[in-house]
Amino acid sequence: MDTVSIWELWGGVAVRFWPVWLAMLITYLLMRMYRKRLGVFGHLLDSAVGITGLMIVLFWLFTALFADIVSTFEPLEQFFRYRKKPPGIVEAESMIPMYFGSDNLGRDLFSRMVHGSRFVLMIAPAATLVAFVVGITLGLPAGYKGGRVDAILSFIANLILSFPVIVLFYLLVTPGIRETALPNVMAGVFFMFPIIFSLTVLRSRFSERPGLLFPWSVIILILGGWLYSGVVFNSDPLGLISMDPNELNIFAAVVFASSPGVFRIVRGLTMDIKTRDYVAAAQTRGETPWYIMLWEILPNARGPLIVDACLRIGYTTILLGTLGFFGLGLAPESPDWGSMINQTRGLIRLVPTIVLPQTIALASFVLGLNLLADGLREESLKD
Amino acid sequence: MSHFILQRTFIMVLTMLVLSFVVFYLGNLEPNLRKLALEQNNNRMSQADVDSWLEKNGYRRSFIVRYGEWTAGVLSGDFGYSTRFRMPVNEALPKRLGYTGILAFWVLMTMVPSALLIGILSGMREGSALDRFLSLFSVTTTATPEYVSGILFTVIFASLLGWFKGVANVKDITFENFTLPVMTMSIYGMGYIARMTRASMSEVMTSQYIRTAHLKGLPFKTVVLKHALRNALIAPFTVILLQFPWLLTGVVIVEKLFNYKGFGWTLVEAAENNDVDMLLACSLVSVLVVIGTQLISDVGYAYLNPRIRVES
Amino acid sequence: MREPILEINNLSVSFFTRHGEIPAVMDFSMTVHAGEAMGLVGESGCGKSTVALAIMRYLGGNGRITEGSIRFRGREMTEMTGAELRELRGSQISMIYQEPMASLNPAMRVGLQLMEVPLSHEYISIEEAKQRSLEMLEAVRLPDPERIFQSYPHQISGGQQQRIVIAMALLSQPTLLLLDEPTTALDVTVEAGIVELVRDLGREFGTSMLFVSHNLGLILETCDRITVMYSGEAVESGQIKNVFRKMLHPYTQGLLRSIPLPGTDKTAQPLIPIPGQLPLPHERPQGCNFGPRCNHFQSGKCNVKKIPMISVNDSEHFSRCLRVSEIDWNAVPESSVQAEKMEMGNTILAVHNLSKHYDVSANALFASSKSGTVKANENISFEAKKGEIVAIVGESGCGKSTLAKILLGLEEASQGNAEFEGVDLAYSPVERRSVKTVAHLQIVFQNPFDTLNPSHTIGNQIMRALEKFGVGQSPDNRREQMLELLDLVKLPREFERRIPRQLSGGQKQRVGIARAFAGKPSLVVADEPVSALDVSVQAAITELLTDIQLKEKTTLLFISHDLSMVRYLADRVIVMYLGRIVEQGSADEIFSPPYHPYTEALLSAVPIADPDIVKEHIILEGDIPSALNPPSGCPFHTRCHRKIEGLCDYEIPPLKHLSSGHDISCHLADEDLNSMAPVFRSGKKAAA
Repeated sequence: MDTVSIWELWGGVAVRFWPVWLAMLITYLLMRMYRKRLGVFGHLLDSAVGITGLMIVLFWLFTALFADIVSTFEPLEQFFRYRKKPPGIVEAESMIPMYFGSDNLGRDLFSRMVHGSRFVLMIAPAATLVAFVVGITLGLPAGYKGGRVDAILSFIANLILSFPVIVLFYLLVTPGIRETALPNVMAGVFFMFPIIFSLTVLRSRFSERPGLLFPWSVIILILGGWLYSGVVFNSDPLGLISMDPNELNIFAAVVFASSPGVFRIVRGLTMDIKTRDYVAAAQTRGETPWYIMLWEILPNARGPLIVDACLRIGYTTILLGTLGFFGLGLAPESPDWGSMINQTRGLIRLVPTIVLPQTIALASFVLGLNLLADGLREESLKD
Repeated sequence: MSHFILQRTFIMVLTMLVLSFVVFYLGNLEPNLRKLALEQNNNRMSQADVDSWLEKNGYRRSFIVRYGEWTAGVLSGDFGYSTRFRMPVNEALPKRLGYTGILAFWVLMTMVPSALLIGILSGMREGSALDRFLSLFSVTTTATPEYVSGILFTVIFASLLGWFKGVANVKDITFENFTLPVMTMSIYGMGYIARMTRASMSEVMTSQYIRTAHLKGLPFKTVVLKHALRNALIAPFTVILLQFPWLLTGVVIVEKLFNYKGFGWTLVEAAENNDVDMLLACSLVSVLVVIGTQLISDVGYAYLNPRIRVES
Repeated sequence: MREPILEINNLSVSFFTRHGEIPAVMDFSMTVHAGEAMGLVGESGCGKSTVALAIMRYLGGNGRITEGSIRFRGREMTEMTGAELRELRGSQISMIYQEPMASLNPAMRVGLQLMEVPLSHEYISIEEAKQRSLEMLEAVRLPDPERIFQSYPHQISGGQQQRIVIAMALLSQPTLLLLDEPTTALDVTVEAGIVELVRDLGREFGTSMLFVSHNLGLILETCDRITVMYSGEAVESGQIKNVFRKMLHPYTQGLLRSIPLPGTDKTAQPLIPIPGQLPLPHERPQGCNFGPRCNHFQSGKCNVKKIPMISVNDSEHFSRCLRVSEIDWNAVPESSVQAEKMEMGNTILAVHNLSKHYDVSANALFASSKSGTVKANENISFEAKKGEIVAIVGESGCGKSTLAKILLGLEEASQGNAEFEGVDLAYSPVERRSVKTVAHLQIVFQNPFDTLNPSHTIGNQIMRALEKFGVGQSPDNRREQMLELLDLVKLPREFERRIPRQLSGGQKQRVGIARAFAGKPSLVVADEPVSALDVSVQAAITELLTDIQLKEKTTLLFISHDLSMVRYLADRVIVMYLGRIVEQGSADEIFSPPYHPYTEALLSAVPIADPDIVKEHIILEGDIPSALNPPSGCPFHTRCHRKIEGLCDYEIPPLKHLSSGHDISCHLADEDLNSMAPVFRSGKKAAA
């Protein structure tokens, strides 16, 4: 069997990523052109740490987007003659090298790694977004009103936080649970929040202007209801939106595990911001509490929340990896990074490099998010 | 103060009650019971056999009654029977906890001092080359979860260099086989504490009382050691203690990774085999750890920071 | 002549940021002689604190001395090594800071922080250091030095903290003392005590002082010579009496004309604001920095090249004005329209026996074992007429802000009532008030940096207020009204699209005023509306506020601690102390005897920027007591200089009606009250 040299190997890999490089270059140039209008994201260009982080994150984002072009083989395609091979081995039939070698079933690790980015980049940001909506919707009143509302919500948040994450996942993300209605109920509750949230945002702002309020509310209800039926009940009347039950289960569990953290940070920020005079000014104008929370307080909490969102996407990525590591929830052949780590880690003695692509991919993505968060924090503190 | 502790204890008991109820409920869902029946009998069973086994072993009685029985047992010190280890929980769990205690001890002993040192050195002169380097190190370690770093360390130090062992044995703890698990865990936690310490330290270094100290004519060393350090350590102190719950998850991963049969390993075994009583006991332990550390952190915070004394 | 203690020559200091070099101080020269107090005056951002820190050679990571020399007792400080500097700092030169709480290490006992100073500079034993520290605590007139020695900074009051900082600075008997706004964070009666202490100790130890402040009155009362700074440069310097009698720089003159002096009010002698605002460091104009704001500006002369300090009449009086010999410095400036006296209308607000008590407890879910009551307001009664300006005066903790909150519906009263346009405000939180009531009762907040939401544009914030107040039928109509409001507060219409970050403090306060007046209010509460602004801006905002008030015939409830400003503005004055009204009456009645002893002390504590006025000297003891634990009897008895033993400390004094509308709550007999001397007297007969 042929192997390619180390130069051909890395050169080949670099070439395979050409659409990613191109997209990154275009994004960078666009950012330079419009840096004035990008606010803190424009300042990122001044920070070495921030731009590095952003580029790593963009790299994986575009890899997920162009996975079909970048990858050399199908992620599930097995070559029985090429099991547990070291990097650079050439598959004889197609004459394409398996850049990072193959796993125990003869699947190309490079292609699996590339395709694995899709799972993470689909679930992690979306789950973080929903967790943020849940955390914000509950954290704002807890911080703003205090008292009993706060005591009860904080108790529930601490309750979930004092639960070991692993136990939570073992209980919530198993095939058995999927037979019950629990994942759907949880998802049903969580996905209600974005709809409720958008309606409250509208209502608090336009309660004096019914001419605007009603049409927009109807649009949100129709759009939200459509997405909701598709995602939660897999019964989209148009058949466009659907979600795999496995993924819905993981999604719900991850949202459940990360919303209390968001809740706490939003609550803290709200308690801080509500002492400002502009909040008092809004109160003396006779604004409703929800208007004050959503339109006076929330916009001013966005800086720390954006930073936290970056960190939290990273943390969710780690969680998803943990799920894969414990073999929970996902289909066994799934090319997600966590499951790949779990499948290959027993083979270290035979082929030490076999675990490297997926571990480095995961760690670099999380590192990129952390660096991005650092850069954003640093730049937002400077002004 | 006693009022405060009482209040915290009440919250802890309430948390335990709610959590154990949830675990009990989830563990007794029909699919989980069926899984248990199959696992206990080690072979394929028909649906009828499963039903009769569950009936025979009392799993078909009212859920509330059985939860009441379990609670009563716990109150009298009996944590039930572990179906996975086939012995009472009271026998199986304590020694496993002990093994994890040893691991946790060494993790703390390496993690905390190095994290504080890194944090103080980089926060002392913000923006210096040393700060940049150490910050990059911290951010890299926080971004690398245990199941990644553990595997990388095993590849490098066990497979390639052969310095340490990639498997740890509870019966025979040596430097050779214990280094990698300790290193894996402490490095992951280290970055976070170091970053908190750095943030706290750099904030203190720009505060006005540090300027006062400088302008009193004190040397830099005195300013850092006498004035900055104590104020800078207040925030990380809380962080370190709140790190414990996180350490628990780390313990589970590392023990599974290095096949170290402590608390984390037990928890995974119990969860995989739907060993409800063991799982409940493990959950109670972790709640105790989480809320206990919160209590210690609040009390200690008040002690370190004379401005805030817990309401007496 | 003996060599000066401190000699600064052509000093320039710059900060280096990512936007490049930002010059903070340029071509600055100054000398301080032995035993002399030099005042350094200027508004925020003029570089005065940078000068003080440059003397200490403590400019942080990005500040550098780019030019010039600082000689301390003949030694060149700009070339000193770290070790040499450490030897000087704290022993030869020491410093007192603006925020006493922040300047003390919160985790270290006061005594240890004091002992550190002699221990690090002299070879003495710990015992001796302790002895010296205790003596110094006594010297700064702190009660119970032993207890203070053992305390943490948070356990003592702000005034005591500042005394400790002073003690710390004087422990090694420095030659030069730098004071950076040492009393700005303190209440005015506490400030008076600190100022007196510093002056006495300076005289006693023969210390030279550099007193940095924005308060002209304070400098006049404490210093021998003065240097005025504007935008990084010294613009005028000289003997204090000379400078105050004959100002020779348009900026100094403008500064003095924009602060109210005792005995003036808005109808007699209106304030004259300096137009424009301080230029940003990188936008300084060519030639004279003050040029764009100056009435005497002459194109082709003032905006050509750098202007040096010019010696005037070969005395020690310098001015950085090219036209110093051309300008008629005595000319009374063409003042803006003299405010006419307004006719008062009917009573619009009637507050009767209003009280507010807070229960202090810890936790919401679980009842706490410990609780107490804070009486923030107790039996407050007063009235305000349409078009009247009613001032509420008092220091921190007097309950003036709580009163405002009740009126605005942010808090509910515990007792009493407050009638406004037929509605009782005392128990109606803002969410239960009608749109009309809400629109008719608005507030202007103290801190301009906090009153506008940083995330929304100016236009949107004003339009939202219009929408909430039910003004205007359509968004287009409201936009038109918003633009008119911007005109009203003299802001350009382009500001509609700006966000608050792009506005200066004064401009933000204008937006705050526009927002408050959006619903054509009949009563506006102004909570210290100018106290956070620079002196030259204060006058402009005050002028604007009174103009609009006059035009709209609005009643203004003016909350303030600044008695000069109150004297200048108010028709009626209410003096509060620890939640109670101690005296109220018309402005004339309040500012002339008979006084309540607290009013008398308050008046005496105000620094006056007029060398021709002689002031009665009353220094109150100690600090304002905590509202959580108020004294028995008359709340003021613990600090009162006219206390009657055995009476004031047991019985709450009755309300005396001296004349219609003038009430005093005091035990003093009528003859004692009537024999009081006025606090301010003219030192020389005022020139007609």
